Amino acid sequence: MLPLKEKDKPIVQKLLSAGCCARCVLRFCCVSVQAAYRKPPQDTLNELQAFISSTENPKTQDSASPPEDPPSKRAKLEAGPSEEDAAAAVKLKDEESRVCVVCLGILQDLCGPAQALKVSETVKAEKYEFDTLVLSVSLPAQLCVREHSCWLHVKKELREKSIAVDRDDLIQVKEAFKWIMQGLVAKELGGVAVVTRVGDRNEEEKELFNATTCSDCFKPTKNKQSVFTRMAVVKALEKIADAKFLKHYPSPPAQPTSSCIPQDVQCLHMSVFVAGRYNKFCRSLPQTPWVIDGERRMESSVEELIAAPVLSSFRSDGFNFSSSGREDVDVRTLGNGRPFAMELLNPHRSRLSRAEMKQLQETINKSSDKIRVRDLQIVTREAMSRMKEGEEEKTKSYTALIWTLKPIQREDITFIDDIKDLTLDQKTPLRVLHRRALAVRQRVIHSMNTRFLDSHHFYLGLKTQAGTYIKEFVHGDFGRTKPNLCELLRTDTDILELDVESVDVDWPPSIPE
Amino acid sequence: MDCVEQKDTEANAPSVVDRYYTRWYRADLKGKTCEDHCILQHSNRICVITLAHTHPILQDGRIIKSINYQISNGCSRLNNKVSGKSKRGGQFLTDFAPLCRITCTDETEYTIYSCIRGRLLEVNENILETPNLLLEKPSTEGYIAVILPKFEESKSITENLLSREEFESIVAKRTVDQSQPT
Repeated sequence: MLPLKEKDKPIVQKLLSAGCCARCVLRFCCVSVQAAYRKPPQDTLNELQAFISSTENPKTQDSASPPEDPPSKRAKLEAGPSEEDAAAAVKLKDEESRVCVVCLGILQDLCGPAQALKVSETVKAEKYEFDTLVLSVSLPAQLCVREHSCWLHVKKELREKSIAVDRDDLIQVKEAFKWIMQGLVAKELGGVAVVTRVGDRNEEEKELFNATTCSDCFKPTKNKQSVFTRMAVVKALEKIADAKFLKHYPSPPAQPTSSCIPQDVQCLHMSVFVAGRYNKFCRSLPQTPWVIDGERRMESSVEELIAAPVLSSFRSDGFNFSSSGREDVDVRTLGNGRPFAMELLNPHRSRLSRAEMKQLQETINKSSDKIRVRDLQIVTREAMSRMKEGEEEKTKSYTALIWTLKPIQREDITFIDDIKDLTLDQKTPLRVLHRRALAVRQRVIHSMNTRFLDSHHFYLGLKTQAGTYIKEFVHGDFGRTKPNLCELLRTDTDILELDVESVDVDWPPSIPE
Repeated sequence: MDCVEQKDTEANAPSVVDRYYTRWYRADLKGKTCEDHCILQHSNRICVITLAHTHPILQDGRIIKSINYQISNGCSRLNNKVSGKSKRGGQFLTDFAPLCRITCTDETEYTIYSCIRGRLLEVNENILETPNLLLEKPSTEGYIAVILPKFEESKSITENLLSREEFESIVAKRTVDQSQPT
């Protein structure tokens, strides 16, 4: 039996005669028993019919009469001449097949085993790996207007019968939709978010809310194609006075000519995060694709070399790459490598075992001798932030090949080894000034060591605060980094090669071989 | 011996300026003979304005008496300030906007011009303290100013400028012209 009380009777009557579907009647009666919605709508309708005719009610006859608003032309055409007969049986049958004036068919034909199968098939076709499922539905904004209109229709009635029911007590369309569909879809599947979008059927509500009615709620925004967004409509409905609303829109809502059309089913898997460390052995490989004036420079990049095998293993649609700082195209990264992490977007596979991750790492390493990856692992989104936090406080070690204008002797450079915690004032290098603010930044070189090569060359090892521009420290950047190596050595110096020896960030955790 | 070796290594390794900048020139600025300017354009469109090596200030062992960035009563290039990534607030310069005036000890005064349209990012304050930088390292530490051309003009601004080859041929012609009368 339906969980309805005697006082619900007039409401049920009024809603049915207004052209509400059985499930929408339940919603407006605030029935929160989920099972009631899962019953076939026909059974529910029969029960409702039985319920209202169970006791004598002088009003029954009145309420059962056809709605005051004449059905639209199109509805007449579809219904055929039978409607004109107005025979009780025929009318009942007509009601069954009629598109609900409130939910526009969403809780009718668009909510059942057939639609659930369609959703499941779409998900299955994408071959996801998952164990939980979130079903979301996106409904057209005009549904809010119809809901409001119907609420006003029943509210009038409710006030007469002095039953205190608030709008918030009604069961929302999307709630009822989920109650019915979730189980049906879950039966077939088990961690994909299924987004079922229900399309906008027609334009009538947009005409209602023209600029003069509620102009402040429908300001065009930059990113949205339409001003009639769901949020804008909801806001407008909250503001509009009942009388004003009724002047512009019929209550109960008019019989629709056709039902909503389901637009598409979108599947989205939560992002998976993969982290590791990379070495870069090549002086002509950028970290990310290098594009100048729309033209690509250099054929590949570190992120692309790493991403290609990872994307195919996780069958992911795309990725976002981030790392603990980055090196110039002509700089190698040696030693333990540079920590990196990537967000994999909409991965169809999400669980790789340790062995599979190791295999994936090997695949990356075999694919190119320009880079090498270690400690490849799946991490959480939260763990990823550890890479970025304290990035500036960390230290980095470098080796630079230095050229000097004046010839040098072995002992000319040894004093450099004794310099400790040298603070530099670095003006934003001219090299990056086009994309960074102009500022003087203090950076510390913790220590340096030298290895004499010949009368014009030596290797300089540096341990520095992260964010120190090494190239500019060596050549001085037109005197904009002070002190610089030219000043220290009292001759012009230049940097011929640079290697990152270590990025001292203790994340991600190392994975023993 | 050292000298030969030095040349060798220089040939092997192009200087910072050669590596990252393209040299552009304006000769005889404002019709004044030999007052040549050199514009170093970085591949990221930033331009550094310097004296060309042929500029009179750099000839005949001249000594600089003063450098003045106050180009009029109301305007000093030293007051230029830019903020943020987009370099808001910088003075906007046209081709012939004066950047500074340099007076030598022989009381000759020269005006250095912007040479290109763009936003002034910074002037070189180091040369105020150490004017000799200008004489010793005119194309690096002795630079005059840094200018950022508009993004859409970063290609077209060099149309009015001389390439290195064009400039060198002008300089070569000058030398011939000068040597002919004698």
